[in-house]
Amino acid sequence: MADENTHKITYREALKQAHWEALRDDDRIFLMGEDVGRYGGAFAVSKGLLKEFGPERVMDVPLSESGFVGAGIGSAMAGMKPIVEIMTVNFSLLAMDQIINNAATLLHMSGGQVNVPLVIRIGCGIGRQLAAQHSHSWEPFFAHVPGLIVLSVGTHEDARGMLAASLKSPDPVVMLEYTFMLNREGEIPADPFTVDISKAKVRREGRDISLITYGNGVYKCLEAAERLFELGIEVEVLDLRVLRPLDEESILSTVSKTHRAIVVEDAWKSVGIASEVLARISEKAFFELDAPLYRLCGAEVPIPYPKHLEDASVPQSEDIIVAIKKILGHDSV
Amino acid sequence: MKRNPSRKKSSSGEEERALLSKMMLIRKFEEKAAEQYTKEKIRGFLHLYIGEEAVAVGVIQALSEEDNILCTYREHGHALMRGLNPGVIMAEMYGKVEGCSKGRGGSMHLFDVDKHFFGGSAIVGGHLAMAVGLALASKKQKKNNVTCCFFGEGAAAEGEFHEAMNLAALWKVPVLFVCENNLYAMGTALKYTHAMQDLEKKGAAYGIPSVAVDGMDIIAVKKAAEEAINYIKESGMPYFLVCNTYRFRAHSMFDAELYRDKKEVEEWKKKDPIINYHQVLKRKRLITKVQYDQIEAQIKEEIDKAVSFAEKGSWEAVEDLGKFVYSE
Ligand SMILES: Cc1ncc(C[n+]2csc(CCOP(=O)(O)OP(=O)(O)O)c2C)c(N)n1
Repeated sequence: MADENTHKITYREALKQAHWEALRDDDRIFLMGEDVGRYGGAFAVSKGLLKEFGPERVMDVPLSESGFVGAGIGSAMAGMKPIVEIMTVNFSLLAMDQIINNAATLLHMSGGQVNVPLVIRIGCGIGRQLAAQHSHSWEPFFAHVPGLIVLSVGTHEDARGMLAASLKSPDPVVMLEYTFMLNREGEIPADPFTVDISKAKVRREGRDISLITYGNGVYKCLEAAERLFELGIEVEVLDLRVLRPLDEESILSTVSKTHRAIVVEDAWKSVGIASEVLARISEKAFFELDAPLYRLCGAEVPIPYPKHLEDASVPQSEDIIVAIKKILGHDSV
Repeated sequence: MKRNPSRKKSSSGEEERALLSKMMLIRKFEEKAAEQYTKEKIRGFLHLYIGEEAVAVGVIQALSEEDNILCTYREHGHALMRGLNPGVIMAEMYGKVEGCSKGRGGSMHLFDVDKHFFGGSAIVGGHLAMAVGLALASKKQKKNNVTCCFFGEGAAAEGEFHEAMNLAALWKVPVLFVCENNLYAMGTALKYTHAMQDLEKKGAAYGIPSVAVDGMDIIAVKKAAEEAINYIKESGMPYFLVCNTYRFRAHSMFDAELYRDKKEVEEWKKKDPIINYHQVLKRKRLITKVQYDQIEAQIKEEIDKAVSFAEKGSWEAVEDLGKFVYSE
C-alpha cells in the first residue's frame, strides 16, 4: 500500500532513527546499555550513534543489569532522561528488582515527590531459534505492575514514534521491541509524525470479528485478516500497543462493533494479557457478544530450539484463520 | 578546677554541643517512636538506630545541602540530621497525610526531595545503584554535589553492592558509600555472612579509596567523613567509608534477639557515642550542666511537638487510594 505519503523502512532503521532524533534534540537524553556503543548494539539498533554523539551520550555498560538499570533510575531522579537498553527480556529479570521495587514504586512511596522519567527498552520475542534463555514473550510480567507504562512495539510506525513519546513521559516506560522484526520492512508516514502512548489503535477496520493483539501478533493478525477478506470475512485488528494502563475504551468499542473477539498473543496463556482483556470484555461488554470469546496464546513451554517446535509454540496466521472460521461458522471449515 | 573564664570565647564549644544535641535528638526521637509503637500508634516495621547515631551525625554534618542522601529503612536519624522536621517524620510513621511521604511510605520510606533526601529504601542493597545514577547525573550536569549512600554490612553481601562499586569507579562519579557495619544483618553476625570481614578491603578490588573508622566515636567519624568529602569534591571519584558500630536495640520491633548475648550488648553500651561524647565535652569544659539540661529540655519540647503534630494529622481519604501511581 505504498504511496507518496509513506515510505519503506526496516524496523531496525525506524528504531535507530528514533534514537538519533532523540539524542539530537535533547542533551538530557542518553543511551546506556550493554554493547550499545562500540559493538553497535547487540541487534545493531544503535550502530553509528557512538561516533556521532560520543561516549557520554552513548554509554557502553558492564554486565550489571541491576546496576545499570538502577543507575538509570538514579540519573532520571536527578533530571536526566536516560534510555536504558536491556539486551533481551530474559536478562531483564536480573534488573526486575530495580524496575519494580524502585522505578515503579518511588513515586508512590514518596507521596508523589520522586519522578522516574526513564525509558527501558527491551528486546524480546520468539522466532529466531534462540531457545529458552534468549526468546520469550514476557510482556505480562511488566504489565502486571502499577507504576509502569508498558508499550509493545508491534509496528514500524511505533518503532519510529514510540521512543519520542516515551521520553516525554514523567513516569517509567518499558518498551518491548521484537527482535524477530528487525529486518522486516514496513511503511511509515513520510512526514514527521507523533504517536499517542495512551491508546490502542485499530490497524484494520472490519465488521465481522475483532482480533485484539499486540507485538509479534500485529502483522500475523493483519496477514490473517487480508486472507480472510478474500473469502468475504471482514476482520477488525486492534493493536493494543499500550499493555499498561490498558486502553479499555478501545477494547470495548471494537467488541461493541463486531460482537465477536479473539485475543492473539505469543505470551504464555495462563495469566497473560489475553486473560485480562477477555475478563474486561466479560465484565463490561458481555451483552454485546454474539459468540463465545476465544484466545490464541503461546504454548506453556519454555521456548524450544527446533524451528518446527518453536513455530508450534506460538499462534501463526494459519491458526488465526482457522479459529475465525470456526467462530463465524464459515462453510469452508 | 581554676580556670580563667575570660579565656573562653562565648561561642566556644558551640559546634561540639551541636553534634551532641543532634545525636541526642535522634536518640530521644527514636525512644519516643518505640513508645508510640508499643501504643500501636506506629505499625509495620520500625528499625531503631539507637547506638549508631554518631555515624549519621558525623557523616551528614560534612555534607552540603546540595549533596544527595540515600539510606536504608533505618533512616530516622539521617532524616533528622538532614533537617526534616521531626513532626513530619513522626506523622509519616503514623501514616498521616502530613508525613514527609504523605503517609504512603511509613518509617522505612522517608523522602524529602527538596532537601535532596532520596529515601529510605527497604530492599537491602537496592539503592546503591540509584546513588551511582544520581552521581552520574551530577557529573553529566557538571554539578559539584556529592551523593552519599548509607547501607549496612548485610547489603555489602548483595550483588548490587559490587555492581554499584564497579560502576562508580568505572564511571568516576562522586559517591560516598557509607557502610554502617553494626555487626548483624538481622540475626546473622558478620562472621556468618562475609568470608572477608575487613569490609574496607572490598573497596580495593574496585580501586576505590576505602577507610574504616570507629563508628562509635563522633569525632573520628566526622574527621573521616570530612576527608572523604574533600577527596570526592576534589577528584570527582567515589570513596568507601566503613563505620564500625553497633545497634543497641533489636533489629526491628519484632526481634526477640535470640542471636546475641546480653553481655555483648552491655559491653558495646560502654561505647555509647552520646554518653562518651558528653563526657569528653565535660572534660574539655565545653558543656555545662545548665547547657546540657537546656538541650534536653529543648529536645523534649521538640519531640512533644512532633507527637502532637502527628496525632493531629489526618488520614488520607480512601477515595485517593489510586494516587501517586502515575504522575497527574
Ligand atoms: C533484598 C532483601 N533481602 C532481605 C531483606 C530482609 N532484611 C531486611 S533488613 C535485613 C538485614 C540487613 O542487614 P544490614 O544490611 O547489615 O543492615 P542493618 O539492618 O543491620 O542496618 C534483612 C535480611 C530485605 N529487606 N531485602
